[in-house]
Amino acid sequence: MEIFGIPTQALFGQLLIGLINGAFYAMLSLGLAVIFGLLNVINFTHGAQYMMGAFCAWLLLEQWGVGYWWSLVLAPLAVGLTGVLIERTMLSRLYKLDHLYGLLLTFGLALIFQGLFTNYYGSSGQPYRLPEEFAGAFNLGFMFLPKYRAWVIVASVVICVSTWFVIERTKLGSYLRAATENPALVQAFGINVPRMITLTYGFGVALAALAGVMAAPIYQVNPQMGANLIIVVFAVVVIGGMGSILGAIITGFGLGIVEGLTKVFYPEASNTVIFVVMVIVLLIKPAGLFGKER
Amino acid sequence: MNTFKRTMVGLGVASALAIGTAQAQVSDGVIKIGVLTDMSSLYTDLAGAGSVAAAKLAIDDSGIEKRGYKVELVSADHQNKPDIGSAIASKWYDAEKVDVIVDVPNSGVALAVNQITKDKNKVFLASGPASSDLTGKACSPNTVHWTYDTWMLANGTGAAVVKAGGDSWFFITADYAFGHALERDTEAVVLKNGGKVLGKVRVPLNNQDFSSFLLQAQASKAKIVGLANAGGDTTNSIKQAAEFGIVKGGQSLAGLLVFITDVHSLGLPTAQGLNITNTFYWDQNDASRAFSKRFEAVDKGIHPTMVHAGVYASILHYLKAVEALKSDSDGAKIVAQMKATPTDDPLFGKGTIRIDGRKIHPAYLVEVKKPSESKGPWDYYKVKATIPADQAFRPLADGGCSLVK
Repeated sequence: MEIFGIPTQALFGQLLIGLINGAFYAMLSLGLAVIFGLLNVINFTHGAQYMMGAFCAWLLLEQWGVGYWWSLVLAPLAVGLTGVLIERTMLSRLYKLDHLYGLLLTFGLALIFQGLFTNYYGSSGQPYRLPEEFAGAFNLGFMFLPKYRAWVIVASVVICVSTWFVIERTKLGSYLRAATENPALVQAFGINVPRMITLTYGFGVALAALAGVMAAPIYQVNPQMGANLIIVVFAVVVIGGMGSILGAIITGFGLGIVEGLTKVFYPEASNTVIFVVMVIVLLIKPAGLFGKER
Repeated sequence: MNTFKRTMVGLGVASALAIGTAQAQVSDGVIKIGVLTDMSSLYTDLAGAGSVAAAKLAIDDSGIEKRGYKVELVSADHQNKPDIGSAIASKWYDAEKVDVIVDVPNSGVALAVNQITKDKNKVFLASGPASSDLTGKACSPNTVHWTYDTWMLANGTGAAVVKAGGDSWFFITADYAFGHALERDTEAVVLKNGGKVLGKVRVPLNNQDFSSFLLQAQASKAKIVGLANAGGDTTNSIKQAAEFGIVKGGQSLAGLLVFITDVHSLGLPTAQGLNITNTFYWDQNDASRAFSKRFEAVDKGIHPTMVHAGVYASILHYLKAVEALKSDSDGAKIVAQMKATPTDDPLFGKGTIRIDGRKIHPAYLVEVKKPSESKGPWDYYKVKATIPADQAFRPLADGGCSLVK
């Protein structure tokens, strides 16, 4: 059986691949949405922080022999800490100003980080070995699914759902949401709002780093790896609705699939299709698919 | 005795005058070399700062400064964007009195610089770009294409692979001038040798995930998956091909343009067994090893790629031509002089430059060593065959260059 000249079996494979790439989009746009939703900062350093997560995993393995599983914990912690530092020393001074200042600051930081890593480690990238547990692949009949990619889908769904749950369904999450609506009032109830905001930024950054660690065994660990991704991820966030967590997750996976299908039918457009979707969505629903108009 | 003294003084004055005139005839008294390269993206390691380092070594080794000429070196990042590259080239030629542009990895940018250089009658020494169009339909009396080109890569790797039984191909191609040229030239070689092309896919430059394209290659059942891309695109495709079991499933990869920096970054466990066509390997002979030793010291331990070697050798030959003409102002005249004199340098040996601007030297078909065969970092290649200079590049008559009559 064929659909538009492509055998259905091959199409299933492509859908699955799209879903895997969507898993990365979802994890990255989730962090961006959390940061924008709660801090109103457009975090352009996100791509660089994803790259730093991957580099951190690589350094842990090469320098100290620390394996993949520990890296999943340690790299987000380390990169998250640098995020906390950035928020405390720089970002926190910009909250009173226009969004643009936060954007410019984080964009500048991204360029600095990428430049430093390129200068030090070169542009070709470093190889990160696939963890032994994940060697090999499942034969699904219609495609050959590497075990590691299967793990990426599972892990990213777990991460996305638990983040959504914490923010939308727990007490801590309700404090966070309240603090963005009316920080003065929440502070009056005895909650340390600045600290909460710092930790939220740190958490968003840690999510980016976690996605970086998960990407390390698939892609070359390369200073530019985030720069290519961040623009796409921004489009994902805009399509989903700025600040909407559920929107970020669903559009992340959805656009992964759209991109995957474009790679089959018209590969030349595979890096533009997401922006075409963005334009259409903005024309019809300016606040994004899941965003609230303010 | 008196006569002797007078003669000596006379000679001294004469040579001082000679130096004086040499300087005066070189435009503004300075030979200004501009290295236009990728300083921040996927081709940085194979060209980048290393190309600037190679240019410095060439200026030192030419000894031209000791003979009274002043040479100045500038560099810039074209960011792989033809518009940015063109803007820099125009500014260099018009406002900053640059006499020659070197390197320019990225065929898209190089084709733009090729045209600007011709319009302004300067010199372009192309070491980084691959497109064989630079000496074909876009050939120019102001350009020398030094190191390699897509025809040579196709002819080397493509022919060897088809002869070894790889007669059905699927191409994964970088979607811009270079990828198209490499795909076109390789396809021609495959067809000529009795093979067939089952499919191809054009991938945007600097793509991260190749799994979708690899699945298409797998589905095509082609024996060979030809990678008509370069730099980070090649390393990512090779790495992910291993993940998706392309080679285990009985298909082979043909990396059509793989640099030693790519092999270094992939590591031998992933890269072993790849067939690569090259025109320079650092561990080839004493001269290349000596060059490499000096080069590593200034480029973060990176061993020179063929692009770096080409930058070095092309500048050496250019400076010889300028010195012979005692002028750096007429670009076409300098390139004509470069073509008229046989080349001779420690890295590529003796060679010639053809009327279409193609530098001619041998090419080497190498295989990436197994981890067990390698003595350490950068010991990566076994030379399997040498393609003699007269067969390594496209025959003069086939290119369609307007300079060939």
